[in-house]
Amino acid sequence: MYNYTDFDTAFIKERNAQFRAQVERRIDGSLTEDEFKPLRLMNGLYLQLHAYMLRVAIPYGTLNSRQMHVLADIADKWDKGYGHFTTRQNIQYNWPQLRDVPDMLDALGEVQMHAIQTSGNTIRNVTADHFAGAAADELADPRPVAELIRQWSTDHPEFQFLPRKFKVAVTGSPNDRAVTKAHDIGLRMVEHDGQIGFEVIVGGGLGRTPMIGKIIRDFLPREDLLPYLEAIVSVYNLLGRRDNKYKARIKITVHENGLDDFKARVEERYALIRPQFTGVDQQMLAGIEADFAAPKFKSAPETEYHDARQHYPAFRAWSDTNLTEHRVPGYAIVTISLKAHGATPGDATSAQMRLMADLAKRYGHDELRISHEQNVILPHVHKSDLPSVYSALKAEGLGTANAGLISDIIACPGMDYCALATARSIPIAQEIATRFDELKLEHDVGPLKIKISGCINACGHHHVGHIGVLGLDRAGVENYQITLGGDGTEDASIGERAGPGFSAEEIIPAIERLVLAYLDLREEPAETFLQTYRRLGLAPFKAALYPEAQANAA
Amino acid sequence: MPRAFTPKVVTANALLEGDVIYQTATGWSRNLAEAEVLTDEADADLRLIDAAQQTATVVGAYLADVDTSGTTPKPTHFREDFRATGPSNYAHGKQEEQANV
Ligand code: HEM
Ligand code: SF4
Repeated sequence: MYNYTDFDTAFIKERNAQFRAQVERRIDGSLTEDEFKPLRLMNGLYLQLHAYMLRVAIPYGTLNSRQMHVLADIADKWDKGYGHFTTRQNIQYNWPQLRDVPDMLDALGEVQMHAIQTSGNTIRNVTADHFAGAAADELADPRPVAELIRQWSTDHPEFQFLPRKFKVAVTGSPNDRAVTKAHDIGLRMVEHDGQIGFEVIVGGGLGRTPMIGKIIRDFLPREDLLPYLEAIVSVYNLLGRRDNKYKARIKITVHENGLDDFKARVEERYALIRPQFTGVDQQMLAGIEADFAAPKFKSAPETEYHDARQHYPAFRAWSDTNLTEHRVPGYAIVTISLKAHGATPGDATSAQMRLMADLAKRYGHDELRISHEQNVILPHVHKSDLPSVYSALKAEGLGTANAGLISDIIACPGMDYCALATARSIPIAQEIATRFDELKLEHDVGPLKIKISGCINACGHHHVGHIGVLGLDRAGVENYQITLGGDGTEDASIGERAGPGFSAEEIIPAIERLVLAYLDLREEPAETFLQTYRRLGLAPFKAALYPEAQANAA
Repeated sequence: MPRAFTPKVVTANALLEGDVIYQTATGWSRNLAEAEVLTDEADADLRLIDAAQQTATVVGAYLADVDTSGTTPKPTHFREDFRATGPSNYAHGKQEEQANV
């Protein structure tokens, strides 16, 4: 994987030393909160409802075992023994004390990690497909490009005060697992006459005005990527609205000016700056690609795997749901579910983190990934090792066979932690998972994505959930609104509002009615919830959600 | 007609721990039951200004409504209820500290 250069290391050290001094000056009273707040946010430190929260970047979701061990050590030493993995491929610590944060950042720096630019109006942590470098359907590993973008954007002098935050996602596969169409810029690798380039998508985003990104270039040659990105960001930097923070994201800029006008400005700017990029970036990219060289894969018989599948139903169930096809024969991609029924989505204890690190080291070419679906991935495991991996996971409560199923729910922290929340999301996720586990229906229901946000900011991606749940405050009571038919893949769509919201008590039975209705409505078991919804539309699902309205109308 | 003033407390987060705190007659408490209940609007405004000036120890002071029908003040909104107790997915935060006394 990518290793810091001396420059990176020195930069992180200096930033940490600066922040340590700023914390001291805040504590001794020489900085006011108004002065300190932007400084702490730049270093990933938030003040939430009950405590501070430190958000640590995991660029393109890739970690090695040593880094995961340090995340576990930090959880034990300065937090409450666990961490929360988020939809932005970050880890959040919910209970740090202000005095300890500089030490936490130094500990992270030791393993080349940091919390810089996880907030503020800058280009944020670039996200990538969590199966990058492993997926069978991939054209090329997107992470070198993600890393190139990170290097180009980190402390880029022109882009430190954008109108609003700016998020970029990259995928190298036609099956989009990185939600590129809901990012400010989404990049999808595509092939054109044997050449790999990018489809460039702009102006996607969720939040209070959800929008699906629009294609601004259907094929951009690889070597033109940075100048083209720079052109987009600098047009946005000038044109983006700064008068109203709700209209400041690039999705609004593109929407208000129209794609054609926006594109014309980008192309003009691009023509102007293209000559300044003399190919140094391409040399950098070649260097980064060497850092991402694939591990030395082994070839071995798969007998143990097939035997275990035959003899152990629990292993078979897990391998049916939690494995994805690897590009190398004999290998599999393992999704470790952080969604045990009834647990907090995305949370891992320090013991679980250490186990995952050790398994990665022993069986997984020392690589781990964090998915935006709040699970952990072992991208390269040989099939003969899967039975050992599974039994070790199971012993630590990590063997849940539910990847992609109804209990594999994304939920933002909501009002249990977040100061912006209008309602809770975690308990709703816990109850849905527990309920469908009781019903023993989830394998029958099949692929179904439920996503929950605790306010309109949509950190839980509810707009692109097949079933989306948005928690609101209606006259001092938690109220949950359902959207249906959202999709975060290459066929991205924004979910449609189903009707009036439900109370915290009503929401679980409402979702149950919805799912039971789907089981009745589907043409065959292979037709997924989303396919059924797309075939039939909102009406039959609405009837299931609001039986009283149905009865009254009759 | 101006709306009647409802009872309030001054609340904030502690600078060092980030923990929820409430203003008392003489300082700050981690426990809502010990908060000073303010029933007069002008008085509440003054107490808030006083709190907001203590920038070396507290962050983000504001007035929160309380229900005073019992012996101790209670939150009227569920957000304040969570702040006074802790998250619902783990017994962390105030509920943990209270369980430990
Ligand atoms: C708890 C502290 C958090 C705060 C204060 C916060 C704040 C926000 C705000 C204000 C927005 C809306 C931005 C806009 O539309 O301009 C937003 C969006 C978003 N946040 Fe968070 N968030 C928090 C936690 C999280 C967590 C835990 C995750 C991951 C689980 C997350 C992931 C996202 C994502 C994916 C969006 C996407 C919507 C978009 O940018 O289009 N956030 N957040
Ligand atoms: S969606 Fe709202 S409640 Fe959830 S984490 Fe984002 S800002 Fe907080």
